[in-house]
Amino acid sequence: MKEKTQVADINRSLYDFRYDEDESSFLDSGITPGIIREISAEKGDPEWMTEFRLHSLEIYNRLKMPDWGPDISGLNMDNIVAYIRPKKGMQSDWNEVPDDIKETFEKLGIPQAERESLAGVGAQYDSELVYHNVRKEVAESGVVYTDLESAMHDERYAEMIRSHFMKLVPPTDHKFAALHGAVWSGGSFVYVPAGVKLEIPLQSYFRLNAKGAGQFEHTLIIVEDNAYLHFIEGCSAPKYYEASLHAGCVELYVGNNSTLRYSTIENWSKNMYNLNTKRATVGEGGKVEWVSGSFGSHVSYLYPMSILNGRGARAEFTGITFAGEGQNLDTGAKIVHNAPETSSYMNTRSISKSGGISTFRSAVTINENAVGSKSAVSCESLMLDSISRSDTIPSMVVKTDKADVGHEARIGRISDEAVFYLMSRGLDENAAKALIVSGFADNVSKELPLEYAVEMNNLINLEMKGSIG
Amino acid sequence: MSELLKITGLRVSAEDKEILHGVDLTINEGETHVIMGPNGAGKSTLGAAIMGSPEYAITGGSIVFDDNDITEETPDKRAKHGIFLSFQNPIEIPGITLSSFLRSAYEQITGERIKLFEFKKKLGAAMDILQLDKSYADRELNVGFSGGEKKKAEILQLLVLRPKLAILDETDSGLDVDAVKTVSAGIKAYKEQTGGSLLIITHNTKILEALIVDKTHIIADGKLAAEGGAELIDEVAEHGFENYTG
Repeated sequence: MKEKTQVADINRSLYDFRYDEDESSFLDSGITPGIIREISAEKGDPEWMTEFRLHSLEIYNRLKMPDWGPDISGLNMDNIVAYIRPKKGMQSDWNEVPDDIKETFEKLGIPQAERESLAGVGAQYDSELVYHNVRKEVAESGVVYTDLESAMHDERYAEMIRSHFMKLVPPTDHKFAALHGAVWSGGSFVYVPAGVKLEIPLQSYFRLNAKGAGQFEHTLIIVEDNAYLHFIEGCSAPKYYEASLHAGCVELYVGNNSTLRYSTIENWSKNMYNLNTKRATVGEGGKVEWVSGSFGSHVSYLYPMSILNGRGARAEFTGITFAGEGQNLDTGAKIVHNAPETSSYMNTRSISKSGGISTFRSAVTINENAVGSKSAVSCESLMLDSISRSDTIPSMVVKTDKADVGHEARIGRISDEAVFYLMSRGLDENAAKALIVSGFADNVSKELPLEYAVEMNNLINLEMKGSIG
Repeated sequence: MSELLKITGLRVSAEDKEILHGVDLTINEGETHVIMGPNGAGKSTLGAAIMGSPEYAITGGSIVFDDNDITEETPDKRAKHGIFLSFQNPIEIPGITLSSFLRSAYEQITGERIKLFEFKKKLGAAMDILQLDKSYADRELNVGFSGGEKKKAEILQLLVLRPKLAILDETDSGLDVDAVKTVSAGIKAYKEQTGGSLLIITHNTKILEALIVDKTHIIADGKLAAEGGAELIDEVAEHGFENYTG
């Protein structure tokens, strides 16, 4: 992991390859009650879910597009295909997955990762999960890891889903949450029973292959008391010239004295509008740890929120954003301290180059009842040239005087002197800059799962190559 | 003895202000040269210009190193030809360990891969000479190092990278007596191990005690004001630069 400058080049085609879709598997583009009913029927939703979708659509039609962040006028909702029929149902035997889909994930290294270091894997291709597998011993411990659709039809979990689904992120939250409620498809359901500590991570990988499509996966994770889970999520898509949309939703319920670590590496192609909503609630003595890497997409709005509802609950957010040419990545985190003695820590790095814009928003709220709480925010930005932009927008609302709150922000440009220093030791300009950037990101990248940290360094080296000369 | 570095009529500017007004300097293989001069005379500028610092623009003259005209070359190319500059204020690079940085620099300069084990051996031997604790290898490059540790880390890089010419810019400034001894032992070891040339920019004569100086140059007001052998060092130690400044 220390040989950062020696990482071999990767071919961007690793992500850019794609397969042609059979157009008959598309539902019509646009979002109407008819389309919603069609999706619902296609998926065999229970009745309450059909109602939920239609109700969400009403909310969607009522709410305005966000007007406070990056421009999303390039996103024409009438052209987005909300649902693509799967070629074949979900498989738990890798050999049964259709060849082109299998090849996609093999190129991305998913089955290999599963064999080597994961307790379970889910792979979503366009709208539906195509593969799902959990190690036997993990399943025997009572851990459930499946797609939301199957779980909804399983009487053991049906009620659990109904009482948790979009309760943390209601469709009224914002326009794209409402859209998600109407057209969601695929994603994961994870249930970790009380007392179960899963040492090895579960992973899901989302791949959007079809052009002009939307991906609206829903991830619902319930970790009961005294338990532990590490969940890893990866996303990618090949490049098309039409705008694509990702409006996923993640809801995490962390029980008393439990820890949930949620790691994401997002590397959508650069025509993607990534409008994702993630939220966690944490019980007494529990902890949520977010690790978030944002590299891809044209525009991102991403601010995972942690609500600390139990005494002594904690949240940690570690994030890195890399905005290159044509990218406007608006990321951040929100924390609500809603119980005494809760604590939160945010540590982020953002990098912008070649005209990329990265904005970091932090919002910390400490309610009256959160006496004895602590919050620390530290964000650093690095701009690699004079045409790139970096902004930090902190917000702190503190309603009790018995709280300890700190905020630290640093924005800087890459120093010519540092580049010269490294070049004087034989590194060329790209390598020198890549080394400085990797070093800048190191605090955060060492939190990432190993294979993603390697991927991140590859990405940095790749991005740096394109940026100079 | 053949010429290693030949500087002819070098003019150097920073932000449109000329600092060096035509400097000539020749260093042969294996020689040790010393540059002295009052503050602001352009000594460090000369060192930085030889290394190719982007802070300075070369507006006239040429620099030839080992038969290559490097006047227009980037610093990394110069490093690959065998030039090394020990910085007066080494830069802190967070997130990269001294050891991994130096290993990539070694591979860049030599163009060869080196096994970690072998590299650690080389690094360990150099650290012993400089009495640097081995834990420094795994610390972030120069981050939180004291002034003395930074200078030692520069000499450590010198010992591992084995350039043909080492330019030492005020490597002795801000060091206590013991640290000066250690650093000059490091410089002596470089000389013995590689037979390389040295260009030492200094105010202080202590660092030179352990070395045989072939030539001394005095720079004042951006020009060479005097040249001589090692005896010039003693003269400066006694009388200062008053004879050379206008």
